[in-house]
Amino acid sequence: MSKRWISLLIPVVSIILGLLIGAIVMLATGFNPVDGYIALVNGMVGDSYNLGETIRTITPYVFAGLAVAFAFRTGLFNIGVEGQLIMGWLAAAYVGYAFDLPPVLHVIVAILAAAIAGGLWAFIPGLLKAKLQVHEVIVTIMMNYIALHVVNATIDTLSDGKEKTETIHTSASLGSEFLQSLTDYSRLHWGFAVALLAVLVMWFILEKTTRGYELKAVGFNQNAAEYSGMNVSKNIILAMVISGMFAGIGGAMEALGTFGNIMKMTAFSGIGFDGIAVALLGANQPLGVLFGAILFGALKNGGLNMPNEAGVPVEIVSIVIALIIFFVASGYLIQLILNKLVKKDTKTPKVDKKNVKGEK
Amino acid sequence: MEYVIEMLGIRKQFGDFVANDNVTLQLEKGEIHALLGENGAGKSTLMNVLFGLYQPEAGDIKVKGESVRITDPNKANQLGIGMVHQHFMLVEKFTVTENIILGSEPTKMGLINIRKAAKKIQELSIQYGLDVDPYAKIQDISVGMQQRVEILKTLYRGADILIFDEPTASLTPQEIIELIQIMKRLVAEGKSIILITHKLKEIMEVSDRVTIIRKGQGIGTVTTSETNPDELAEMMVGRQVIFKTEKTVGIPKEEVLRVENLTVKDNRGIERVKNLNLSVRAGEIVGIAGIDGNGQSELIEAITGLRKATGGSVTLKGKDITSMKPRGITEAGTGHIPQDRHKHGLVLDFSIGHNIALQSYYHKPISKNGIIDYKEVNSFASKIIDEFDVRTPGIHTEARALSGGNQQKAIIGREISRDPDLLIAALPTRGLDVGAIEFIHRRLIEQRDKGKAVLLISFELDEVMNVSDTIAVIHDGSIIDTVNPQNTTEQKLGLLMAGQTLHTKQDKAGDE
Repeated sequence: MSKRWISLLIPVVSIILGLLIGAIVMLATGFNPVDGYIALVNGMVGDSYNLGETIRTITPYVFAGLAVAFAFRTGLFNIGVEGQLIMGWLAAAYVGYAFDLPPVLHVIVAILAAAIAGGLWAFIPGLLKAKLQVHEVIVTIMMNYIALHVVNATIDTLSDGKEKTETIHTSASLGSEFLQSLTDYSRLHWGFAVALLAVLVMWFILEKTTRGYELKAVGFNQNAAEYSGMNVSKNIILAMVISGMFAGIGGAMEALGTFGNIMKMTAFSGIGFDGIAVALLGANQPLGVLFGAILFGALKNGGLNMPNEAGVPVEIVSIVIALIIFFVASGYLIQLILNKLVKKDTKTPKVDKKNVKGEK
Repeated sequence: MEYVIEMLGIRKQFGDFVANDNVTLQLEKGEIHALLGENGAGKSTLMNVLFGLYQPEAGDIKVKGESVRITDPNKANQLGIGMVHQHFMLVEKFTVTENIILGSEPTKMGLINIRKAAKKIQELSIQYGLDVDPYAKIQDISVGMQQRVEILKTLYRGADILIFDEPTASLTPQEIIELIQIMKRLVAEGKSIILITHKLKEIMEVSDRVTIIRKGQGIGTVTTSETNPDELAEMMVGRQVIFKTEKTVGIPKEEVLRVENLTVKDNRGIERVKNLNLSVRAGEIVGIAGIDGNGQSELIEAITGLRKATGGSVTLKGKDITSMKPRGITEAGTGHIPQDRHKHGLVLDFSIGHNIALQSYYHKPISKNGIIDYKEVNSFASKIIDEFDVRTPGIHTEARALSGGNQQKAIIGREISRDPDLLIAALPTRGLDVGAIEFIHRRLIEQRDKGKAVLLISFELDEVMNVSDTIAVIHDGSIIDTVNPQNTTEQKLGLLMAGQTLHTKQDKAGDE
């Protein structure tokens, strides 16, 4: 029980500490932290437009965070979420404009295409890991670069040298006039509902299904998994593919919701990498990832308002985000040290106690 | 009488829990003094007090007659106390010398004089008959040799009093004999030794006196020559212990497992099992006796499907299971208590309940349509925990947090509950105390009495002699003889295990 409380407490304390030090940085650089943070909050939820934009920003972070967390829970480090995400983005954008399908079906097909693209991109490192023991970190990092250039080259081919693909048909769009009218014509789209569904799906797979039990067992101890008759290679590949599918759908949110196309990129979108931080904030738990993504997205979007309203540079928000992650990370470290200290003092009696009650 | 160390009336308390109470241990100069107690009796706590890791709440510590306060391990080192840890603390990729000087490197202007250190280590090694090459890398030397490096480490730092913590836990019988000689040599050269163990046989063989702790209480000190294993066991456990597990004569029936001309290679491609033949019948326990590293691990892995056989066949109840996948073999009627419970037997990060479901998570009633019913998992786990007396705070406790004996009971419960026709038990009692060993032996015999076939693999001669109906001796990957435990002695078995057949007196020495 207390363990659970500590893992809840650490992010909260980290956020407070991050904001406090952010305030000190603002003071030291001659800005008013109160004004700055008021502007930040206004940028997050100050009016319906900002609220809509904040939710829109949060959506892809949820997917990126789930992708990283899912891999982590099954014993893998998926650093390739970025690549899988932009592959999904491309696939969804392509299906969105190149196919003519009835409204709802079109969205579903486009999202599935994105899932498949992201899953395929993760299948390669999964296969290499399972069959040849190549470390997935290296392969996924490299796959990010391959994805970036493959995406740019494909856009080039598809659009005859233009900078972006055609806009998707409205039948493939996640956009909604209803949501837009509700939020003063922000770019809010139905993606957030898909994201909530994805949180539920990850929880369900890991905590309820037989497959999830296997995936976790393989992640923790491959030898014991093999001993009990599980197919270790298959589970490693599957874990990677599912992770990649979450990432791919995250890309679809950008293609079908926010932008309606995909444009050439000179650099990574960064969403995939931020997913690592989101997963860390969320302690790799589905619900935790959701909250991590909310924090991340809210800070990112709210920060945009700081220069306008308070004249505080947007970089301050980046500093605050970095500080929060720093404290969360070192919070685990602090917890670890605390645990060690406590253990050192109680280790022996704990064992003894059991035996005293135990052996008659 | 001159005592080099006196721990008088030591009391150590953690919260409400008393780990040591009124424990007195007096170590004479030049003696081997055994500290005996069950797992968790408080032996480690007492030694950690002596080593300065814990401060006692009451009691006195005297070193060479003077009262001292040992505040930290460095202080203990200065007083000449050295610890040979159970789990070696060595850097694999470093040489013996580099490991020994680690932490107290002889430096001159930032440069290490390795050669000088190596020379000193060489001298110590010769003086105490340790036979260690100072320039060998740790990863290239045997476990027994690594332990001698640990001993050298304490000697190099000038220890007069050596604490050996469960030193024989990971050694082969040969290495144990060598270690005993080394310990005798050490005391002959004027060192004093405290030996922490729960193995009575070793105590009888090597120690001069024994101090017994039970549930944190000092029970007393006896002179080894004036006692016997039964008395020691009773003092340790607090009740009479039956060493010779009671069993009736087995009535073997039809053949369950048949291994024919089996050949298996290890990871490096070396043939470890060579043309091996073996048969286990229903209602029979076949014990495989042998020195570690003679192909036992590879044999079990091949039978259970964890490793591919390169030749020969394995038949279970007339069905060819050679090169089948582990799950197929399990479902054909095999239960497997693996040699290494942490590596193969358990997912340590899973709860003990999840671990108990490790062989049945995928079929009804636990799994339906790909969904696990965790209520079923819990009720199944609770049943096993009750039936096999697994002492755990709850089914949701991480397997890691349980003691070795209780982890093993959970594994045994999991395997036996599936009622397999063939139960393979590999080193089922490794590292466990007498209470748990007794329990496990009884369970194995129970399976036999139910008409199941049991294959027991053990490095402990006592265990093989006590539990099996038939002993198959393995040497260099083959079964070189099959004997009846009633008609053999430990000496005869020892010779067989070393590769000498009883009929021809050819001298085929063991591989080490």
